[in-house]
Amino acid sequence: MNFKMVANLLGRSLCVEAIFLLPAIAVSLYFGEAQSARALALSFAATALTGGLMIALRPKKKNFYAREGFVTVAIAWLVISLFGALPFYISREIPSFIDCLFETISGFTTTGASILTDVESLSRGLLYWRSFTHWLGGMGVLVFLLALLPSTKGSGQSVFLLRAESPGPDVDKLVPRMHNSAKILYGIYIGMTLLEMLFLRLGGMPLFDTVTITFGTAGTGGFAIRSSSIAEYSAYLQSVVTIFMVLFSINFNIYFLLLGRRFRQAVKNEELWAFLGLLGGSILLISLNTRGFYQSFFESLHHAAFQAASVMTTTGFATVDFNLWPEFSKCILLLLMVVGACAGSTGGGIKVARLLLIVKSMHVGLRRMISPRLVRPVRMDGKPVAEETLHGINLYMSAYFAILAISLLFVSFNDFGLETSISSVFACLNNIGPGFGVTGPMGSYASFSGFTKLILCADMLIGRLEILPILLLFIPSVWKRT
Amino acid sequence: MRIVIVGDGKVGITLTARLSKEGHDLVIIDSDKRVLRETVEKYDVLGVVGNGASLSVQREAEVGASDLLIAATSMDEVNMLCCIIGRKLGVRRTIARVRNPEYTDQLGFLKEDLGLSMTINPERAAAVEILNLLRFPAALKRETFAKGRAEIIELKLRPGSPLCGIYLHELIGLTRVQVLICAVERSGEVFIPAGQFQLQEGDSIFVTGSAQNLAALVRWLQIIERRVRSVVMIGGSRISFYLASALLADGTDVKIIEIDENRCRQLADLLPRANIIHGDGAQPDILDSENFTGADALVTLTDIDEENMVLSMYGSHMGIPKVVTKINSVEYNDIFRNMGVESMVSPKNIVCNDIVRYVRAMQNTSEDSVLALHRIVHDKVDALEFLATEDTLGLGTKLRDLRIKPNVLLACLNRGGRVIIPNGNDVIKKGDSVIIVTLSDNLFRNLNDIFE
Repeated sequence: MNFKMVANLLGRSLCVEAIFLLPAIAVSLYFGEAQSARALALSFAATALTGGLMIALRPKKKNFYAREGFVTVAIAWLVISLFGALPFYISREIPSFIDCLFETISGFTTTGASILTDVESLSRGLLYWRSFTHWLGGMGVLVFLLALLPSTKGSGQSVFLLRAESPGPDVDKLVPRMHNSAKILYGIYIGMTLLEMLFLRLGGMPLFDTVTITFGTAGTGGFAIRSSSIAEYSAYLQSVVTIFMVLFSINFNIYFLLLGRRFRQAVKNEELWAFLGLLGGSILLISLNTRGFYQSFFESLHHAAFQAASVMTTTGFATVDFNLWPEFSKCILLLLMVVGACAGSTGGGIKVARLLLIVKSMHVGLRRMISPRLVRPVRMDGKPVAEETLHGINLYMSAYFAILAISLLFVSFNDFGLETSISSVFACLNNIGPGFGVTGPMGSYASFSGFTKLILCADMLIGRLEILPILLLFIPSVWKRT
Repeated sequence: MRIVIVGDGKVGITLTARLSKEGHDLVIIDSDKRVLRETVEKYDVLGVVGNGASLSVQREAEVGASDLLIAATSMDEVNMLCCIIGRKLGVRRTIARVRNPEYTDQLGFLKEDLGLSMTINPERAAAVEILNLLRFPAALKRETFAKGRAEIIELKLRPGSPLCGIYLHELIGLTRVQVLICAVERSGEVFIPAGQFQLQEGDSIFVTGSAQNLAALVRWLQIIERRVRSVVMIGGSRISFYLASALLADGTDVKIIEIDENRCRQLADLLPRANIIHGDGAQPDILDSENFTGADALVTLTDIDEENMVLSMYGSHMGIPKVVTKINSVEYNDIFRNMGVESMVSPKNIVCNDIVRYVRAMQNTSEDSVLALHRIVHDKVDALEFLATEDTLGLGTKLRDLRIKPNVLLACLNRGGRVIIPNGNDVIKKGDSVIIVTLSDNLFRNLNDIFE
């Protein structure tokens, strides 16, 4: 383990975070909130100072392998969340530090689960920071760092950082240079963010709402700035958010292919069609099922689309309280929670690509039972899938269910009923936000015990980093000095 | 520049390392997924799995939008096919590795039709380098510039050498020979020395000058130069064939010891004047029975690095005056040097130098681009040759008044066939070819890069 190299990268990540605290300070000052401006400024100083000190550790050896990559990403997310929680704590607007941490981790992991019962009482500066954590966490802090750092003189080890931070079973670069790949990803991300802001402004949304809601959509996070989430906005604005939630949870490689006019390759992506098919089917079923709740079929379609997209893309906004929906619709939503978004997007969950591969290997496995000598690789997008990728998925799924079981046991101590317990673990592990029952879209996580909140914090981080990087931290040999 | 390399073998990986360090965008094509994955994890490059000679794979690697395609798979035919397809897709330049002697002869005939900008032949390049060393046995390493007029040779200062303890500014006064010491290696550290540098016993020095002057220096150093009249080669590879043909044309005695009987017959057929011995060259009794200690030079050319090392050590131990070793994996060079094996040749590194030079020249449309590029001192120092044109800065200014970057040495000027070792009063004139020595971190693309 090259500790100094890891520390150096952590320092750089903290400096990135510090720089992003500056706009939040400006927002606070603009709205004349002295208290929160002071808290943000103090946090900025602490983050920048710690980051600067860590960068000053010059690593002697530059060796950086898979182990360092995974550990860096895992620790970076922990450290960034700790420092990101400071503004809430220093300003005393959220009194308990565990609550501050929960809120920040929920932000960075783009979960959107909140312990706030009255969101409107938070000051504007902190609301901005809370939403901004979604935007930064969506594409990843270290990918941002890779885009900033000058190209690393030919060494390819930065690919480990991308693999650890980007979601999906098989992560690869878009173009030969990592630096440029990261730049392209963030370029697309920023472009789409601006586009959504434009459409929301055209619908007459106030500027502050536009910025925060866009951050929440872009990172597929789900922090709104009102307790009623998105319910009070016009139907047009809700539709814009629906469309952009879906756009942000599609694999960004497809946008890269479209920009390069390689339409045929983009259309060949099987995951995209599976994703859209699942989403469309669910919307149709829910709108038929909830037909009686609304005045017209169109209205029920509108709300079904919003809720289904919000849950499947793991955003977690809501226009209605889907807690009140019939059992069948709630069940579909619960299943969509597990499926999640596309690989290589800002969304969470197991990812459609993984499920597609599982179904396909199941099919091949069954065929092999009938004719044991059959040689047939699992294919995706017309190409055979590497055995290692399938093994990786098996490992991921086993770990996923193990984590799910353990967390569920701990959460059940709160006695909120099985529906609440199961759905809140799902909602945190898959980075969605609201669950059912107590933690429903109009509820909050405030009533859980401190210990449970920490467990759910761990679930959110584990879910965002796709489980394995965090689990690696608990293997002793990772920490051996080299 | 965007460069596509087909074939992730020895040459492919070495090229990837070098070109990626020079800041190019690389795409590597290979059919072996595992090797490719390792390369992508080690270097900042993109990997494409597949047969590089197939159209769809080349399309996926976007060969058409690239500046250069380098085909370096193990098969000549595949390499040539790669280049034809690449050309059709619209790549600007192509380089193919062609090693089969039967093809190399007809390349001149086919080059244009195949769309090849350059062909590389690591084995022949290695044979040429070994030949250079055998012709000047005092040098541990020898690189030539300016069509062979100027050279850089490596010498080791053994105990009692008259150069030990002298300062560099005394050198020419002492030896009365126009040469320059352009790099010194001392216990693993590299110096681009100035006049105040003092030489010590055990240093490896790299000296530039004209071929005659370097020969005069060696005479002055009282290193006994025996012309190599008989050479023993162990291993009958392609290098052996190229090297033996050249040596036999010179009238040198050649003996090749090869373990495979069929190969022996082939070689005997191709090289009627050489002595081909069928036997295991790794067995000392076979070597002794062939009177190998009587040879002037031993060249170890088997496919196994370790075997070459041991045989070379044995040869040095038995008192053969000049021993040259072929090494594929250069990573252990430092250790080998300490064990008394000093002249080493690595085929893949030689062709990589040629390709890097070609790539640097491609980036430069003007005439003052790199004419020759050699890596010396275990790849830590670059020796580059440039042509001074009218665009060159500081033409006609005395060298002492030019502001040149640190760790850059103007080693040698070639003016109309005359080699000049420059001092502060000399000037660069248009049409000179200028040899620069610098640490290899500096990536100079044209002559003006050396000025502050």
